[in-house]
Amino acid sequence: MARIVGLVAYHVFKESVRDKVLYNLVAFAILLIAASYLIGQLTAGQDIKIIKDLGLSASAVFGLFIAIFIGVGLVWKEVDRRSVYNLLSKPIRRHWFVAGKFIGLVLTLAVNLAAMAGALYGVLAVMAWSQPALAKASIEAPVLDPRLLAAFLLIFVQLVLVTAIALFFSTFSSPMLSAAFAFGLYIVGHFTADLAHFESVVDSKVAAWVAKALSYLLPNFSSFDVKAAVVHGQDVAVGYVALTAGYGLLYSAALLGLAMLVFGRRDFK
Amino acid sequence: MSAGAADGRPGVRTIVATAGVSALLFVLAVGLQAARDARYTVATPAPAVLYLRSGSWASRLALSYDALLADVYWIRALQHFGETRLSKAPDKQYGLLYPLLDLTTSLDPGFTLAYRFGAIFLAEPFPDGPGRPDQAVALLERGLRAEPDRWQYAMDAGFVYYWWVQDFDKASAWFERAGRMAGAPWWLRTLAATILAQGGDRASSRRLWRELYETADHEWLKNNAELRLVQMDALDQIDALAAVLVRYSNATGRPPGSWREVIVAGLLPGVPVDPTGVPYVLDASRPGGVTVSRESRLFPLPATLLKKGSPPS
Repeated sequence: MARIVGLVAYHVFKESVRDKVLYNLVAFAILLIAASYLIGQLTAGQDIKIIKDLGLSASAVFGLFIAIFIGVGLVWKEVDRRSVYNLLSKPIRRHWFVAGKFIGLVLTLAVNLAAMAGALYGVLAVMAWSQPALAKASIEAPVLDPRLLAAFLLIFVQLVLVTAIALFFSTFSSPMLSAAFAFGLYIVGHFTADLAHFESVVDSKVAAWVAKALSYLLPNFSSFDVKAAVVHGQDVAVGYVALTAGYGLLYSAALLGLAMLVFGRRDFK
Repeated sequence: MSAGAADGRPGVRTIVATAGVSALLFVLAVGLQAARDARYTVATPAPAVLYLRSGSWASRLALSYDALLADVYWIRALQHFGETRLSKAPDKQYGLLYPLLDLTTSLDPGFTLAYRFGAIFLAEPFPDGPGRPDQAVALLERGLRAEPDRWQYAMDAGFVYYWWVQDFDKASAWFERAGRMAGAPWWLRTLAATILAQGGDRASSRRLWRELYETADHEWLKNNAELRLVQMDALDQIDALAAVLVRYSNATGRPPGSWREVIVAGLLPGVPVDPTGVPYVLDASRPGGVTVSRESRLFPLPATLLKKGSPPS
C-alpha cells in the first residue's frame, strides 16, 4: 500500500514541478530582494522587521494559492481527463489514490516552504552582514532568529489543512466551486473566535449555542498565526506549537478520511 | 511563414522580429505618453485618503496578515509625516498622522517603534509636526495598555510633558512611573525628583537628553537626543550673543540692524553661526534679540528654555 501511495505522491510532486509550480520561488526571491532594497528607502530603520513580516506573509500567501489552486484540481483533473479509469483499473484502491494525491501536494508545499525559509534567512543574513547598523537597530529579536521556524512550521500545518479542504471539495465538486468553498472556509476560519463569543451580540441562546458549535466545527485558522509574535522576538510556547500543529494535522486527517469516503463511493459510470 | 519551423512553431528569425516589434511598440507608447504629458497638464495625484479608520475592522479584514498590513500603514504614516513636513505649503495638514499610527498599532500592538517614533512625530510643533502632544501621550498610553512593562513608553510620555507641554508635575509623575518599572534605568527616578524641584531649567534638560542619548537603543532616537543637545548649545550661544547685543545697545543707544554693525563696532569677529554652521538671525521680537535661522536644522528652539538659560559668560 505504502509503495502505491508513495508512487502517486511522487507523480503529483513531479507533475507540479513540470507545471512550473516551483517558479513561484523565483517570484518570492525577487520580491524579497527587491523589498530589502526598497524598504530601506521607506522605513525608519525597521527593515529587518518588515522583511520578516513580508517573508512570512508571502510564504503563507504563495503556499495558500498553491494549496488551493492545485488542490482543487488534484482529483478533478484525473476525472476530467478520464485517466482515473485507467488508474483505478489497476490494483490501486481509491483511498490510496486520494492519500497519494494529498501527500504529493503536501510534499510540494514542504519543499516550497523550506526553500522560502532558506531564502528569507539568506536575505536576512545578507542584510545583517552588509548593513550592521540595521542589525543593531533590530532591538526586539535577533536578525537570524530561530523562532521564525516556529512560524514556518505552523504555516506549513495550516497549508496541509488548506490542502485537505481543497482536496475534500475536489472529490465531488468542480474546481471553481471547490476553490470558492476552500477560500470561503479559509476566511471564515479566521473568525471562529467571534463565533465562540456570539452570545455577546445576540440574545438567542440557541443561536449562540449554534455559533459556538460552529466555532469548534470550522477550522480555526487564526490559531496558526504566530508571525507577529516571532517577529517581535516573543517566545511561542513549544506546547502551543505542538497542540496547534496536532490540531491541524488531526483536522486534516479527518478531512482526508471524508475525501476518501466520498471518492470511494463516487460513481464514475 | 517562411521563417517558421516545420512543426508550426516560430523560428528564431520570427521570434527576434516579434520581440523587436513589441519593444518598438512599447517605446512608442512610452514616448507618446511623455509627449502628452509635456503638452497637457498632468493630473495631480488625488490627496491622500484613509478609507479604513477602524483598527479593529482593519485587523479583521487582514485575516492573519495583520503585521504585514501594519507595516504598510507604518510606511504610509512615515510618508505622510515626511511629505507634509517637507512641504512648503502654508496650510500643511497632518490630519492623517494619528489615524495612520492608530491603525498601525491596532494591527500590530507590539510595534514598539511605531509608538515611540509616532509620539515624537505627533508632539512636534507646527509646522514641523501636528503639534499634538495630547495625541502623542494617547498613543503611548495605548502602547502601555498593550505592553504594561515597557518602561520606554512611560519615559517617552514624560518627555512629551517635559519638552513640549512643559507640565513638569505630569512629566515628573511619568518619569517616576517609568523609573518604577522593571529594567528601567536608575536615573529616571532621580530625574523625576529633580524636575519636580527645579522645573524645566536648561541644566536638567541637558541632563535628560544626555541620559537619553547615552541609553538610546535606536539610532534615530539617539540622533533626536543629539539634536536636542545641540539645541542646548545653541541656546547657550544665544545667551552670550544677547549679552553682546546689550553692550552694543548701551553703547549706541539703539539695537543693531545687522550683524555687520556689531562686527564694525568690534564686538564680534564675524557673523556668528550656530553649531550646525548656519548664521544666527537678529530678531528683535525674540528674547535676547537673536534666534536660529529657519534654514537651520535646530529651528525651532524650545520656547521656555530660551528664557531660562544660565548667565551668559
